[in-house]
Amino acid sequence: MRWFWIDRFTELVSGVRATSVKNVSLAEDHLHDHFKGCPIMPNSLIVEGMAQTGGILVNEWSDFRERVVLAKLARSRFHFPAAPGDTLTYRSEIIQLGQDGAMVSATSHVGERLQADADMFFAHLDVDHRAGESLFEPEDFLNWLKILKVFEVGRKEDGSPIKIPPHLASSETAAGGNAKGAEFAANRGSKP
Amino acid sequence: MPSSDEVFSKVQEALVEALGVDEDEVTPEATLVGDLGAESIDFLDIVFRLEKAFNIKIPRDELFPEDILTNTEYVKDGKVTEAGVAKLKERMPFADLSSFEENPAVQDFGQLLTVQDMCRYVEGKVQTAG
Repeated sequence: MRWFWIDRFTELVSGVRATSVKNVSLAEDHLHDHFKGCPIMPNSLIVEGMAQTGGILVNEWSDFRERVVLAKLARSRFHFPAAPGDTLTYRSEIIQLGQDGAMVSATSHVGERLQADADMFFAHLDVDHRAGESLFEPEDFLNWLKILKVFEVGRKEDGSPIKIPPHLASSETAAGGNAKGAEFAANRGSKP
Repeated sequence: MPSSDEVFSKVQEALVEALGVDEDEVTPEATLVGDLGAESIDFLDIVFRLEKAFNIKIPRDELFPEDILTNTEYVKDGKVTEAGVAKLKERMPFADLSSFEENPAVQDFGQLLTVQDMCRYVEGKVQTAG
């Protein structure tokens, strides 16, 4: 199952904010299953997209070492439905970061129009909770981050690029480079 | 230094936002779990909001001393021992533990904490920080 509810990141400032986009397409099955004859993007999946944007932002702060989960949607409002052809721009901003998790404020826009806004709380899973188990295989996770262009657009606050953490980079080396496809996809614009 | 009324007002706002309750439900006597319906994840949310509202740091286990309640040295047969209660009192001077002492069942501990306890805790932290 491919649980991707954003298409790519367009900005990530470490520990501060992130922006991603999601293109809504009539080809997506879930648009048709939500309300018969009225294809719209389910708001629950818009929340998931905002949460993936915020979750990766929070996770990057720990060099992707913490196991970050969406723990609570403290508040959410939806102002109009998202339809096929819309490009949703998700913006997440860190309000508070701590050892147990982070509070994030998130919005979804179509063009300049505010489509949704939410307050989210992300928790770091306890060290003891299912100790030693990762939420994802490191190699798959790195591949996903590359596809989303996290390392292409990610910057520290001083403007320097964020780097692939060694613990993720080594997983790729050990696995023999499954992320080559992601690199190919990432380089498609610079190599004719 | 904020007055007691200012502390209460900010704690009330944090609880209204974190728990989705009405302002008039957040009285000083209301218990967080029993009356306001707080669940474990809400406590993390509340802590974050209080840290931000008062510019303080709230260390893990200070408001909710789980380490004592899960320590076999302080808990026997589901009840907190005398030594455990003494430890809780030392750790939580802001909370009124007198009713808990009468029947110190661990499972009832979560029901104890009131809005007033939380205000007292915050006032103590703000004083230390100031």
